[in-house]
Amino acid sequence: MHEILYKEEIGPDIHLYRFHAPDVARYRKPGQFVIVRISDEGERIPITIADVNTDEGSITLIVQSVGKTTLQMAGMKVGDSIPDITGPLGVPTHIEKVGNVLCVGGGIGIAPLYPVAKAMKDIGNRVMSILGARSSNLLILEKEMEDVSSEVLITTDDGTKGRKGLVTDAIKELVGQGENFDLCVAMGPPIMMKFVSLLTKELDIPTIVSLNPIMIDGTGMCGGCRVTVGGETKFACVDGPEFDGHQVDFDELMKRLTMYSSHEKQSLDRYSSETGCRLAGTLKGDQE
Amino acid sequence: MNIKERLKIPPTMMPEQDPAERITNVEEVPLGYTPEMAMLEAKRCLQCKTAFCVEGCPVGIDIPGFIQLIEDGDFRGAIKKMKEKNLLPAICGRVCPQEEQCQLVCTVGKAQKDPCKAVMIGKLERFIADWEREQGEYDLPPEVKPSGRKVAVIGAGPAGLTVAGDLIRFGHEVTVFEALHKAGGVLVYGIPEFRLPKAIVQGEVDYLEKLGVNFRYNFVVGKTAPVSQLIEDFDTVFIGTGAGLPRFMRVDGENLLGVLSANEYLTRANLMKAYSFPETDTPIVTGKKVITVGGGNVAMDCARTALRMGAARSLIVYRRAEEQMPARLEEIHHAREEGVEFHLLQNPVSLIGNEDGWISGARLIKMELGKPDSSGRRRPVPIEGSEFIEETDALIVAIGNSPNPLVPASFPELEVTRWGGVVVNELTGQTSVPGVFAGGDIVLGAATVILAMGHGRRAAKAMNLYLNSGRWVDLDKAMDLSRAEVR
Repeated sequence: MHEILYKEEIGPDIHLYRFHAPDVARYRKPGQFVIVRISDEGERIPITIADVNTDEGSITLIVQSVGKTTLQMAGMKVGDSIPDITGPLGVPTHIEKVGNVLCVGGGIGIAPLYPVAKAMKDIGNRVMSILGARSSNLLILEKEMEDVSSEVLITTDDGTKGRKGLVTDAIKELVGQGENFDLCVAMGPPIMMKFVSLLTKELDIPTIVSLNPIMIDGTGMCGGCRVTVGGETKFACVDGPEFDGHQVDFDELMKRLTMYSSHEKQSLDRYSSETGCRLAGTLKGDQE
Repeated sequence: MNIKERLKIPPTMMPEQDPAERITNVEEVPLGYTPEMAMLEAKRCLQCKTAFCVEGCPVGIDIPGFIQLIEDGDFRGAIKKMKEKNLLPAICGRVCPQEEQCQLVCTVGKAQKDPCKAVMIGKLERFIADWEREQGEYDLPPEVKPSGRKVAVIGAGPAGLTVAGDLIRFGHEVTVFEALHKAGGVLVYGIPEFRLPKAIVQGEVDYLEKLGVNFRYNFVVGKTAPVSQLIEDFDTVFIGTGAGLPRFMRVDGENLLGVLSANEYLTRANLMKAYSFPETDTPIVTGKKVITVGGGNVAMDCARTALRMGAARSLIVYRRAEEQMPARLEEIHHAREEGVEFHLLQNPVSLIGNEDGWISGARLIKMELGKPDSSGRRRPVPIEGSEFIEETDALIVAIGNSPNPLVPASFPELEVTRWGGVVVNELTGQTSVPGVFAGGDIVLGAATVILAMGHGRRAAKAMNLYLNSGRWVDLDKAMDLSRAEVR
């Protein structure tokens, strides 16, 4: 069992949890994820690890309530436990000193981006960051990202904070000012990663993206997470989750993420009516 | 009773759920023998002096021995006899291909020139295991002196469970590392509830826990900890991580929505209990019409699961003819009884999707049988110009699995074959790394539960010898002395 050691609402329907998971914390590296199951009847969902504390034997997960499982999780308290956390899974981010690194995070995607940005800085890169959200209250880890970045640009869809617009506008702005980037790391909703990748391809900036498709086991057994990268089928769980953004077929990924949309809605509606929980079927957010 | 009289008794059929009824539930299809049925069936055994059946069994169960005890009504004695060689009889009695092993060489079947008329060894095995479970009390073997040696088993599938059960009884401390949240491997994620109830697998795992085996779940060796860590922390390591890597057909459209590997489909249905959705949280693709591509037991499991998930039509598409199907006769028979349609000598060349990205059909080509290939089966050859479209709502790819690359990939010292199987000494299960053994599908590729258990049995014997003697070089020569016992 994995106890919740700490929990904080860091945005509307966005929670930060520290779970006791010493086995996962021990060998975890930036870019890796876990599979979580919160009850005996529960589904297995992949969540990228935002941070670890090896002294405490804990991992930090930042989760947005987008469906039944994440909503149920949001209802848990410090001291509650969940049965299963498996990991760390996936190939860690390749951390290397390349010079100037641009980190682009969107919505809940800033959570997995933070440890990568930190590792990129620690190895001696100059890190600049662009953080995007629909609205200012959905912006997470701004302070943490500032600590590891020489500069942070904020964009919001509604202009409530930073520049009104998209992260791609901010990339253009920086490059227009004469910034040169040796690498871009983009993590966020697939649609954001798609347009960032299209732009950085034009700008000739190598780009890493982190994908979060549907998975069950996370060990290469089910093949549910297959994505097309450079015309080849890859399993995001064992070959990824990070890939060359210029090679990923994002349109296919986005379609595949809708495979169980109607089931997910059914499950959420049922849970909402059972628990009298608010917002049946109205939860909506940027999925990581 | 003399031999003639015994030979006159017809095989005792096991009652089964009615096909129309059973496709509406996930309960087990064969219902089991009553004690009377089992004792009658036991009378059909001739107690041959040279028991070919024992030789046909990969783990060498004393078959005439346990059957005699059933005939005598000594069920407690029968299960004891069984467990001398096989710790997991409730599972083997259900999923072993007995018709290719013990029952194939049974004298009774031979005398009647029909292997289907052999003594129903598998059904008797199942009976005796179920009987014990229903009694609710297990005979625990006498306690052994702890050896002080520590064993790590990677993977709680058939091979790993066998190794764990054997080595705990030799007095070693055994820890099983399982990647999933439940023990059983393919027995819980792959084989459906209606063929092998999960409570039975859990019962066998509980038994091992009672013997003192320590299970560590959600532990992905190679990720959660490197194999090198296990080698440091334990005196010996067994790798039994199975053939979990699904093969795909590599045709256009394979990543369309509604196209799944058999592993994914069965894992959702079985391990994750998607058949109870939305009471359980894991969804599964359903459709009015479902195509399963493949001709093995796994394909049959998928096609039969599809019916239980509400498909009006469930089609098997297989590129060879029925005679070449690798599935067990019983599975084909059950599938046909339930209404699964067999579309033989057909093969997908591409999959077609609608504008939302969902599969809408499969372009199939007709095949004919040519000359035998390396497997001895006649090779299927496409008939030019015979392509046609079969509409479908979902398609399951059940064309086989390869050894799971996770452990070998994280452990470069481990020698593997070109197709990813771990290279071992066949007699001992020793790998290229001293102290590390392997067995089951990670060595064989996708084979059977009982072959994996046979591997586990041999490896456990060798591991015990290694732990007690420290001998690694020529371990197989030391094993030779007791070869008869090893089998």
